[in-house]
Amino acid sequence: MGGFLRILRSMPPTAIFGMVVILAYVFIALFAPLLAPYGEAQVVGAQYEPWGEQFLLGTDNIGRDMLSRLFYGARNTVGIAFVITSLAFVVGGLLGLLASVLGGIFDLLLGRLVDILMAIPQLIFALLLLTILGTSVPVLIVVIALLDSTRVFRLSRAVAMNVVVMEFVEAARLRGEGLWWIMRHELLPNILPPLVAEFGLRFCFAFLFISALSFLGLGLQPPTADWGSMVRDNATLITFGDITPLVPAGAIALLTVAVNLVVDWMLQRASGLRR
Amino acid sequence: MTAARGDQPLLRIRGLHVAGLSEDEQWRDIVSGIDLDLRRGEVLGLIGESGAGKSTLGLAVMGYARDGCRITGGEVVFDGQDLLKLSERRRRRIRGARIAYVAQSAAAAFNPAHRLIEQYVEGPVQHGRAGRARAIADAIGLYRRMHLPQPETIGRRYPHQVSGGQLQRAMTAMAMACGPELIVFDEPTTALDVTTQIEVLASIKETVRQSGTAAIYITHDLAVVAQMADRIMVLRHGKLVEEGETEAIMERPRQPYTRSLWAVRSLSKEEQPPPVDGVPLLSVQAVTAAYRSGEPVLQDVSFAVHRGRTVAVVGESGSGKSTAARVITGLLPPRDGRIVFDGRALPDSLDRRGRDDRRRLQMIYQSAETALNPRQTVGDIIGRPASFYFGRDREAVRRRVAEILEMIELPASYAGRYPGELSGGQRQRIGIARALAAEPDLIICDEVTSALDQLVAEGILKLLLGLQRDLGLSYLFITHDLATVKAIADEVVVMHRGRVVEKGLRSAVLTPPHDPYTALLLASVPQMDPHWLDRLLAARASAGASL
Repeated sequence: MGGFLRILRSMPPTAIFGMVVILAYVFIALFAPLLAPYGEAQVVGAQYEPWGEQFLLGTDNIGRDMLSRLFYGARNTVGIAFVITSLAFVVGGLLGLLASVLGGIFDLLLGRLVDILMAIPQLIFALLLLTILGTSVPVLIVVIALLDSTRVFRLSRAVAMNVVVMEFVEAARLRGEGLWWIMRHELLPNILPPLVAEFGLRFCFAFLFISALSFLGLGLQPPTADWGSMVRDNATLITFGDITPLVPAGAIALLTVAVNLVVDWMLQRASGLRR
Repeated sequence: MTAARGDQPLLRIRGLHVAGLSEDEQWRDIVSGIDLDLRRGEVLGLIGESGAGKSTLGLAVMGYARDGCRITGGEVVFDGQDLLKLSERRRRRIRGARIAYVAQSAAAAFNPAHRLIEQYVEGPVQHGRAGRARAIADAIGLYRRMHLPQPETIGRRYPHQVSGGQLQRAMTAMAMACGPELIVFDEPTTALDVTTQIEVLASIKETVRQSGTAAIYITHDLAVVAQMADRIMVLRHGKLVEEGETEAIMERPRQPYTRSLWAVRSLSKEEQPPPVDGVPLLSVQAVTAAYRSGEPVLQDVSFAVHRGRTVAVVGESGSGKSTAARVITGLLPPRDGRIVFDGRALPDSLDRRGRDDRRRLQMIYQSAETALNPRQTVGDIIGRPASFYFGRDREAVRRRVAEILEMIELPASYAGRYPGELSGGQRQRIGIARALAAEPDLIICDEVTSALDQLVAEGILKLLLGLQRDLGLSYLFITHDLATVKAIADEVVVMHRGRVVEKGLRSAVLTPPHDPYTALLLASVPQMDPHWLDRLLAARASAGASL
């Protein structure tokens, strides 16, 4: 606990700002049903009602409350992005560690497979897969996680390669330790800092990616609220000088900036640089 | 030239304090209150254990402090100017031009992407001392003076295309490029073999003498400093312990600390009688080994280790010593030959060796920094073999760890520390402890003392000897340092280019007549006598001339 407080005190203001924003998002996502004045898909007013007492941010193209949808959107977009990133890290990280420990043909084959996957533009590949497999939430999660895991694989393999050649890994091998022990106890703790930093970045990309897909109509399907489709559905308002569609866009931008501020700080801590 | 400027010293340091930011974010003195005078053309040796502040002082001479360090007080007067009061721009004009620096690891100091000559000309051109063409001509002259092979063309090579010793000389040439009045040498030969070290020392000494440059020579090796310096300063914990003319201080050290440094060199194990006939614990039989399909690194290597004895494998780097260890442990299956352990042939590859075979054969590495997982506590590191091989429960492991820590003379409370919180010597003890926890019969020690200071190394060697006496361990001791051999070995195996050139009892190998390579190795070990290098070079020159 004392260690935690000391870390908190040593944080630069930018990181504290980022942390506060992230915590606020998590809070809203968790308690959306309690915080939102109306339901997620509830039609409560006329089309495109302006900002006012009853609807703080007005209503959308079919008369749903924007503020409520913004809160629920946090839940969907951020929650799903979190699941995607976690899955990508479990798959990519595990395979990356395996490739570094086993080496040889396994490393070679896996490496080339990843090269092939990465050679295809990510967005187009995702659109293709989603068109074929349908656009349910589990499919969305698996497809994006799989595409993201290629990058995680590259990173974890590269970092683990530097550790695998260390003599303490050789000592563990000589002792007769199994694959899992070497990965879990000798490698993972040593490659964790860059992976954690990468987690923050990947998380941003994941929810930007969901938002992009939603904007194109292949992401989360209506009536589920998510920020990407909220921008698309209400985009016409911009032409009338109404900034409502910029609010969900702003929510995306703010979270991206916040996560990156925290990640920057973590990277700096991990690299041991002093001012 | 020296007398022209009168008695004013070239460099005068008064009350210098350099502070470093420690782990707990506190500024602590690394160098505290050092006074130093250096006349023109004089060579001053700085000596002390690691952490004594030698390198920090060496950098402060240029008015520079590393990241996380700062100069907090005192003055550094170079040729009448206080460097600490100058602007950074003025200081930069002095660095490289009038004060040069030669770093310990030439391989790390050169940019691997540029040719040697390109890196050489940077200094003179930058400081406006010479044009490109002039600088290149100068470089060739200096390369020739440093006895580099093919001085006209060696500059066209990249750093990885020349040997470590040549690279170190190329860096010295680079330091001389602007004709500096002072050169700081920071352990320039520490990373080199004895045979290569000689060449570099000779080149440096000759060049420094010819050009009348003053120098500060930093090292932890007494015998080396005795050859190079006119005067020696002994540092400890950032403070001056003793200072004096080389001959005086070598013959009559006054302070107890200095005397203890001097005493290390004389550690010597009493030789045991030759082994009684019987089955050796380990026998390496006609082993030939190679990496992938390349040239064999080991050719027909055979030797044996008997129970309770120490066999030292000696040779310069690239002689195949460490490869032999890899074959014995099973990391590198031999192409030919076999490893017999306790009367039974071991499977070639590690995967097919049983858990007990692995347990009985342990290894200690040169660099405890890379041999210990920085994210595991000492208790975990030592405890793992204790539970892995013997299936002890948590409480039994804890007790065993405490026992082993006592054996290696560390307090039981260290079990909760991480390797990063220990000193170099303590870390090496943890490496030993990890091997002990497996309760082995044979321990392979791969250069375990070469990264350590002499005092610390002596402690480690004494510990190993004590453990051998108490537990009846056998050691296979890989080293390039003949002083270590004298301190610990019963038998010696000399290796050169992958072959065993000589083997036998220590006294037999170390006393003449020698194999020519053994003779070269022995002659290359620096002696404490300040005239040793001069005499050796003179002897070699006359031998060369008479041929």
